[in-house]
Amino acid sequence: MINVFKGYKGRALSTLKEFQMRVWGDAVIKTTRGEFSGIILPRSENDDDYHIVLKLKTGYNVGIDVNTITDMQEVGYREAHYKIPEKDFPFSPDKPRVKLFGTGGTIASRLDYRTGAVIPAFSPGELYGAVPELADICNLETEKLFAVFSENMGPKEYMKLAVAIGDEIARGVDGIVIGHGTDTLHHTAAALSYMIQKSPVPIVLVGSQRSSDRPSSDAALNLIHATTTASRCEIAEVMVCMFGPTSDEYALLHQGTRVRKMHSSYRSTFRTIGDTPLAMVTRDKFTYLKNDFNRRRKDRHVEIKPYFEEKVAMVYYYPNMMPDIIYSLIDNGYKGIVIAGTGLGHVNKPLYPAIRKCFELKIPVYMTVQTLWGYVHMFVYDTGRDLMSSGVIPTGNMLPEVAYIKLGWALGQSSDPATVKEIMLNPVCHDITEKEPYNGYLIYQGGIPEVEEFIRKFHK
Amino acid sequence: MSREFDPKQNYESSCQKTGYVTRDKATTKTYRELGFKCGLEVHQQLATREKLFCRCPVGIYQDFADFDAEVIRHMRPTLSEMGTYDGTALMEFKTRKNITYRIKNETTCTYEVDDTPPFPINREALAYAVRIALLLQCNIVGELHITRKQYLDGSIPTGFQRTAIVGIDGEMPVGKKKIRIIQLSVEEDACREVSDHRHERIYTTDRLGIPLIETVTYPDMMTPEEAEAAGQYIRFLNRSSGLVRKGSGAGREDVNVSITGGTRVEIKGVSHISWIPALTHNEAFRQKALLLIRDELVKRIPKPEDWKPVFKRLNFDVSDIQYPPIKQAVENGWQLIAVNLPQFRGILSFFTQPGKTFASEIEGRLKVIACLELPNMVHSEDLQPVFDENMLKKRSRLLGCTEQDAQIVFWAPEEDVACAMYTIEERCRMALAEVPNETRKALPDGTTIFERVLPGADRMYPDTDSAPIPISDDYIEELRQQLPKELALRLQQLADWNIPADTHHYLLRNNLIPLLEKIITDFGIEPVFLASLLAHRLKHIEGRQQAAAGFDYKLIYDLFRKTAERKVNYNLLPELLPILYEHPQLDFDSLLHLAGFKKTTMEKLLGEVPGLAAIFRNIKRSRNPLAAERWIMGNLRAVARGNVDFNLLQQEVRKILSQLPKDES
Repeated sequence: MINVFKGYKGRALSTLKEFQMRVWGDAVIKTTRGEFSGIILPRSENDDDYHIVLKLKTGYNVGIDVNTITDMQEVGYREAHYKIPEKDFPFSPDKPRVKLFGTGGTIASRLDYRTGAVIPAFSPGELYGAVPELADICNLETEKLFAVFSENMGPKEYMKLAVAIGDEIARGVDGIVIGHGTDTLHHTAAALSYMIQKSPVPIVLVGSQRSSDRPSSDAALNLIHATTTASRCEIAEVMVCMFGPTSDEYALLHQGTRVRKMHSSYRSTFRTIGDTPLAMVTRDKFTYLKNDFNRRRKDRHVEIKPYFEEKVAMVYYYPNMMPDIIYSLIDNGYKGIVIAGTGLGHVNKPLYPAIRKCFELKIPVYMTVQTLWGYVHMFVYDTGRDLMSSGVIPTGNMLPEVAYIKLGWALGQSSDPATVKEIMLNPVCHDITEKEPYNGYLIYQGGIPEVEEFIRKFHK
Repeated sequence: MSREFDPKQNYESSCQKTGYVTRDKATTKTYRELGFKCGLEVHQQLATREKLFCRCPVGIYQDFADFDAEVIRHMRPTLSEMGTYDGTALMEFKTRKNITYRIKNETTCTYEVDDTPPFPINREALAYAVRIALLLQCNIVGELHITRKQYLDGSIPTGFQRTAIVGIDGEMPVGKKKIRIIQLSVEEDACREVSDHRHERIYTTDRLGIPLIETVTYPDMMTPEEAEAAGQYIRFLNRSSGLVRKGSGAGREDVNVSITGGTRVEIKGVSHISWIPALTHNEAFRQKALLLIRDELVKRIPKPEDWKPVFKRLNFDVSDIQYPPIKQAVENGWQLIAVNLPQFRGILSFFTQPGKTFASEIEGRLKVIACLELPNMVHSEDLQPVFDENMLKKRSRLLGCTEQDAQIVFWAPEEDVACAMYTIEERCRMALAEVPNETRKALPDGTTIFERVLPGADRMYPDTDSAPIPISDDYIEELRQQLPKELALRLQQLADWNIPADTHHYLLRNNLIPLLEKIITDFGIEPVFLASLLAHRLKHIEGRQQAAAGFDYKLIYDLFRKTAERKVNYNLLPELLPILYEHPQLDFDSLLHLAGFKKTTMEKLLGEVPGLAAIFRNIKRSRNPLAAERWIMGNLRAVARGNVDFNLLQQEVRKILSQLPKDES
């Protein structure tokens, strides 16, 4: 695509050519609906092919239907160039060293007001320009490891990240922060929980639910909470740090193996499932909610285990699922399967032969629950017992996504079903817990008088 | 500071220097000499059922103390704004306002609290907006682009308002002039403010998201009266469409004023059009005064960049001071800071608005930017000095000030001191340079106070959450077919009907001319009678009490229809109307019954005349030959009402009386 026609195609493109107009041109356009003047902006590639986008003097954008255009004149030309203002990140010898890894999600950004494009801010200088409070918390170093959207994060990235974190710990940083898109943040958190063990410092994953070009964004506060945690928190675990309530009040620190994104758009989307979060964090303090965690240490010992078998699948069971789904996984060379079963961990009878086939072929099949909360209990009903006898292995209260990541990690280390089983069922970072606390399952229902009273008093 | 300085006298002489006159003494020439220019931004809620970007209902308002939940947010300026704002936005951010939203479940969903992206735009609202843009002769855009307009005051939880241009470059006739329209946009309404105290601002989200149109005019109005007339025109035009919400707060104006050498200042929250003249008049003179202050300061301070105020913490005991705000501040353990403003003598008491001086410019900013509630300072040109002689001496020694200077003492908690000092210095520096670009809040007395720094030009950007919406020629044509008659033609119609001017406002405000036209055409009603029935009789009734549920102006047409069908004389209508207003569900017979109507004929009525004349002869006291006729008519009228025309009846009565034997006495 030639730059002067950025994003234009079809009729709109030929109209621009016909009148010898270009993007960023200051244009006067005569149409059957009257005259419009402004700067021609690039057009989004996915939009239709018969409108030209114009930025009016008032700052508003409008589209002009090319079928109404009778004449166009270029009376000037103003191309936009934007750069993030960079300020030196102030160094204070008495503050902790924090390393921020970028994976591609936008942590902070500035806006190009003419195109609406979001320019990411990432270098310490850029971040300092966007969130000056960071300088009061730590000495920040940054490194962009890759630039992928959250949904494109995968095993290669997990392993590269784990190795890079190991190196930084060895170099002596006081904490790690990883900026990440939120959609698969919990997958990465689980992967790092397995690949980095016995870390002496906090490893904090953070994202934002409202992009940082908005005044009401949660990005800055999340970053402040995450760097505060990396700098001073006692918990040396892989954690997700995101808004507790939707209000700008505190963040929750979630164990990397027990956390899940639970709402498509709320700020408080991340929740610890089947347990309580590790801690609450504000700008000023930590409130520890649990005692049972690895503590920060002075030494630099850490175990990095960057293994992953990519041919692992997760199957979300639904009524009337046919065995061909499982057979096709077998045929395509999958080496392990995690099923998210109904209720206590069930699938229908027609699937049994396929599952037995997996067992014969030494393809391990692990059972988790769709209900997310609660344990797989395969002894309660005959169906469960039948499944177990077919070789399905229950995984306690491991979350389905976590079981998927763990199986990939286990199969990356061994193809022997017995060894894999040992790895899978050996609890790591509370991915399987011996008990579910009574307050580990709380989903309040609106409308109930006492809940409404609670919500009136406390921010949700 | 010299003790001979008389702040009151200085206020008056500076007022004179500014050339301030009250509005009744101002003429077109006054405004021409000032270079007065005014433009309007008229906001009008649309009468849709649902909000603009979510499906919450509109028009349900909560009591401020009644809410189901609260959410707290903070607004952070985006990078570019920090860059362009010389630190004001950053300073404002650092002082941190906690913004609390009070939510009612009925009127608020996750969209209002910015926890879900927008749903598709309300098509009903879009159609209404296009129709009104057509009434204003605007060029309709080919494609609607939802744009974000940033607001950092928290009035919208996202930090921006979603808005889109529907049409540009319209015009409207106001008096003999054409006023040009810059644009008409459709946008979401903001939250209602509950309170704003120190660092806590509270809003309700009930009004948030209601579809609005904003009509923006060019600064074509050259006098305050013209601005008012233009405001009225837009209001009546909106009403004439029948597509807009009525009631308090449904229509609001922002007024932009500038004078030669001044700057565009936006006056917000003008809730009555009748406020416009006083507000714009005073703003013009405020700008003039600020320019005079600038000229004076530039003379005194040849190198503005070297000018520097002195700030010192008070180092003497002020526990004797009885002035309550300072007493309270001392009790709270707040800091008391003395400020010396070199070369500012006579500036703090310089006139800016009726009853206000330059000091209030500083006070207003301290309130908004540093979050210090009023009163937040005292100064050397106060009318009522707070410090005694001894303290003043100590203060002067502390600051090392001279006779040419002015002094301020303000009080603030430690965490707000830096921002307050910054604010004072910044405002004084601006005084040396220009009339600051700002948004001011309208007060009922016609003056204004500082509301916020005017956002930069770069605060608009595309809404990445929504796709552009094409507006086709066919769609526009379809909407054009539904347009009401042009307002200018309506005004001509009123003139043609000889309808008295005092009824126009009421008829336009309530969009009653279409009803008037229909009744006049269908039933041949005399226009003046009808206009008076509505704009006098009905208006009077409305002023006394609220209409019963179910009352609608459309019922008046039905009332005329039934009256005509039943051959009831229209002179019963002034009696029927209040009954209908109170009991809109009653059928016509019941209305007649309650109005005391009984069917009778002219013959029967006239048959009573000789008897009544005989009675009158016995009781008469007047020598006026018409007294008998008047008295008899008075007795007949109540019965005749609805049955016969009074004029006709009177003629007949007169005829009969003339035929009766003459009175001997």
